[in-house]
Amino acid sequence: MNGRAALLWSLAGLLGAMALPWYALQEGLGTGAWLSGLWSSEDYADGVAQMAVHGRWWLAPVFAALLWCLVIAVLPLKAERRGMLLAGGAAAGIVLFGLQAFAVGLRGWTAGWLVALFGEMEQHQVGIGAGATLVLTALLSLLAIGLALRGAFGGDGFVAGAMTAVTASILLFTAWPILHILAQAFQNGDGAWQPLLAVQRLAEAKIWSLRCLWGGGGCGVFWNTLVLALCCGIGSTALGLAFALIATRTDFRFKKTLRVLTVLPIITPPFVIGLALILVFGRSGLVNQFLDWGFGVASTRWIYGFPGVFLAQLFAFTPVAFLVLIGVVEGVSPTLEEASQTLRANRWDTFVTVSLPLMRPGLANAFLVGFIESIADFGNPIVLGGDFGVLSTEIYFAVVGAQLDYGRAAALALVLLSLALGAFFLQRLVVGTRSYATISGKGDSGLPTPLPKAARRAAQWVALPWAGFTMILYGFVFVGGFVKIWGRDYTPTLGHYAKAFAIERTPEGLIWSGAAWNSFWTTVELAAIAAPITAGLGLLAAWLMVRQRFAGRGALEFATMLSFAVPGTVIGVAYVFAFNVPPLEITGTAMIIVLCFVFRNMTVGLRAGMAAMSQIDRSLDEASATLRGRAPQTLFYVVMPLLRPAIVGALVYGFVRAVTTVSAVVFLVTAEYDLATTYIILRVINGDYGLAIAYSCALIVLMLAAIVLIQLLVGSRRLGRRAPLIQGVRA
Amino acid sequence: MIPTHRWLAAVAATAFVSSAVPASAQGVVNVYCSVQVEWCTLAAAEFQKVSGIKVSMTQKGSGETIAQLKAEAQNPKGDVWFGGTGDPHLQAAEENLTEVYKSPKLAELHPWAVKQNTDSGGKTVGIYAGALGYGFNTELLAKKKAAAPACWADLLKPEFKGEIQMANPNSSGTAYVAIATLVQLMGEEKAFDYLKKLHQNINAYTRSGTAPMKAVARGETSVSISFVHDGVTEALAGFPVKTATPCEGTGYEIGSMSIVKGARNLANAKKFYDWALTPEAQKLEAQAKQFQVPSNKATPVPPEAPKFADMKLIDYDQAKYGKSSERKRLIQRWDTEVGNLPKP
Repeated sequence: MNGRAALLWSLAGLLGAMALPWYALQEGLGTGAWLSGLWSSEDYADGVAQMAVHGRWWLAPVFAALLWCLVIAVLPLKAERRGMLLAGGAAAGIVLFGLQAFAVGLRGWTAGWLVALFGEMEQHQVGIGAGATLVLTALLSLLAIGLALRGAFGGDGFVAGAMTAVTASILLFTAWPILHILAQAFQNGDGAWQPLLAVQRLAEAKIWSLRCLWGGGGCGVFWNTLVLALCCGIGSTALGLAFALIATRTDFRFKKTLRVLTVLPIITPPFVIGLALILVFGRSGLVNQFLDWGFGVASTRWIYGFPGVFLAQLFAFTPVAFLVLIGVVEGVSPTLEEASQTLRANRWDTFVTVSLPLMRPGLANAFLVGFIESIADFGNPIVLGGDFGVLSTEIYFAVVGAQLDYGRAAALALVLLSLALGAFFLQRLVVGTRSYATISGKGDSGLPTPLPKAARRAAQWVALPWAGFTMILYGFVFVGGFVKIWGRDYTPTLGHYAKAFAIERTPEGLIWSGAAWNSFWTTVELAAIAAPITAGLGLLAAWLMVRQRFAGRGALEFATMLSFAVPGTVIGVAYVFAFNVPPLEITGTAMIIVLCFVFRNMTVGLRAGMAAMSQIDRSLDEASATLRGRAPQTLFYVVMPLLRPAIVGALVYGFVRAVTTVSAVVFLVTAEYDLATTYIILRVINGDYGLAIAYSCALIVLMLAAIVLIQLLVGSRRLGRRAPLIQGVRA
Repeated sequence: MIPTHRWLAAVAATAFVSSAVPASAQGVVNVYCSVQVEWCTLAAAEFQKVSGIKVSMTQKGSGETIAQLKAEAQNPKGDVWFGGTGDPHLQAAEENLTEVYKSPKLAELHPWAVKQNTDSGGKTVGIYAGALGYGFNTELLAKKKAAAPACWADLLKPEFKGEIQMANPNSSGTAYVAIATLVQLMGEEKAFDYLKKLHQNINAYTRSGTAPMKAVARGETSVSISFVHDGVTEALAGFPVKTATPCEGTGYEIGSMSIVKGARNLANAKKFYDWALTPEAQKLEAQAKQFQVPSNKATPVPPEAPKFADMKLIDYDQAKYGKSSERKRLIQRWDTEVGNLPKP
């Protein structure tokens, strides 16, 4: 019994080695042309034939490891012993697979010392294909099965498998490309190791200078970034909390509108807010024009620099904080609040000493996300920064500017990562090891306490003007798509929409003749593929990290932060560096774009999932286990329904970010797979704002539709709490 | 243990399906295009029509393209790099990212375009040129009752205090051309004296080279130091922008084209390269509303284009000032002596 899964996977692995082309095919598997050449053709041959006929001897040890696993699976052994032998064989197989894949490349041996050791290599190998992928997957599964048999992960195969899949994918698609490019900080332009160079790059005055405090001149980019990120993290958390409290704990009438408003900035393509802010607050903007006209106040350029970037980032990231916080605020159990009031605490004391501390994981996560979004943000500083440089813009121009210095970019990225690391540890410190579980199996937990007056007023005073401001800004953007020249010639026109989204009716049927359709459909397709994978992987990782105890949990958690905290440009270049050459040669495909979306955006699903899960009492899991529910059943029938807000959040975020990402995909798009945002950015560079705005509005409508659809599909969570006295709180 | 299978099988299936690499049939050329997107699209369609070779066109800025070429150097995916300012092309030549090619069309080109080819050891060629100058917002200047700047000396006038924008040479090739021009025009010491004085009138050194002209168009600054053809584009879009070239003399950029080293479709790349140097191909530029001066002598110059004949052009030494070491030195000097000065 305990060998069946191992047997199946060993056979699957051998199938991969003997019935599928080992290397990637130029034309794909679909044509079937490979079937006839599986043994003879060097391009189409399977792994065993490559080894036996085509002289690729280095594949042999990998197949030996597979055979070993097959033998172990068949032999009558005790579970623990079988597990140990399986895990050992599979691990050796994986290591051997990796060694050969990296040692032999397009032009034979990939390193000089290998040539010295083995002599010149006549053979070469291209990127891995279907056969190799299946073998690697089989080896990973066998490793997981082996570990579970040995008793790791509570002996649960599902947990072991999930763990292996998550770890392997994060290592492959996050850690490897990013570490690969960060290593360049220690290399000179030709790739030789010079650690002193890194010290020199890191010690630059441009990064650390504090001259803005005395003597004039600009401060270093590190300080600019740090101050901006702190302000942004605190500001967006406070605003997000205000919105979340209004949405869940007051009888405010326009909650639905409020929710839409808080979501709007998150679904806006990146540069739009910045441009709208310029048109409102810029030197020739509405406000300055009015002041000049009405009061003779000379126009200033205050929006350029810190104030403008800060404002734009608050707009952009408050919704993310709101999404992280809403689930947490909803989840705080009224029981404890009622207990507090029974003990004669007034509403204010209850709020400050009970409700707020219970929201702490949410607040800390919201701050962390706001902080990291701010340091990784590129669009707003580039539009509104003026002289004010931050690390992300500095890195961008180290890569694409006149310097073309990857080493410097990598060094700056290291500084940025250390900032992210600092915020990460700060967050762990704040949340600590206390329990925040307030969702337990006990049915009734009382009525949510209405907010104390002072808190309610504060929340409304902060949130409502902000909401009004958002509406004005968006009204202004919306108008931009229907006028000739935004900010100058307000003659109404439908021309921009016609140019982008024309559909012609001809005798042969409809022709999608608008200029935007091609990139529009590609974007929709890739984002729709990426979103569920992003959310699934993020939440699965969250579940593993919160509910399972294993070594290296902190390291894995931090690895997921890597791709989120590193600016998009660095990710883009890192992906090209890592995946343009064998063994994983996937540049130019849709797959690399989807992977980039998934591993860049899964962090938010992960954070939201972790925050939400820390509220769910473990006793629920234990109850499920007592009733003989296994890990997957507990996950699907107990945890997941309670996680619905987090699932919605992760799906929405995964989709939306895939649609709005720019800097990371600039290097990954091709003529075949063009994306909406790259198209829009090119229009903006051309000064064709009308078309860009029209397209952006269409994207906003698309994403709103997607959000509604996701909400409908996932549904909302019912916590079995009594309907509160105030109507509409459940909205 | 069944769920383990299911989960990992799904992963395997995804990897399996997507491990296909897109087909690269015969008769394709992959072009990295660094001019305006309309021009790129026109060029791709037209070449496809006359040659029957399928053009796969990716549009990116010149900085992004060279970054990509460098990242892809081990296994190049592009064939031709069409357009974009000359410095990155020279840099690519220096870093050995591009291929030597002597086109039979070289004889038909203006001397500055051929010189670009000889300077780079045959690895790149000029396809258009654009002069450096000023853009100014006529409405803002009228409001200030200031005369339009006509010379480098005018930019130092007190009425332009806080009214001028230029890009930061650390990030922008345009700003570097401006500094190199001043150095060639005045001599290095005097040029840096000038830049220090100019600093008093600058309101921001933007990160991007085209940003100052956009700021002029939208009335966010009065004057910019930019390539003048960018101003023509903004004016045609309906903004109150006019341009001028300095009376003391000015420098220029040479938009270039190179063949990627290790191009997979070398023969087609050469066909595209030759075609792009013909008047028929270069006429497309004006159709796409771009107004640089084309490099083939026989190409008609569009009437809107700033005329080289009306400008005082310096003999810009691309070979010396296009070199990485010289660029690095001048930018470093600018950084310590000018960029770090306190704001007035």
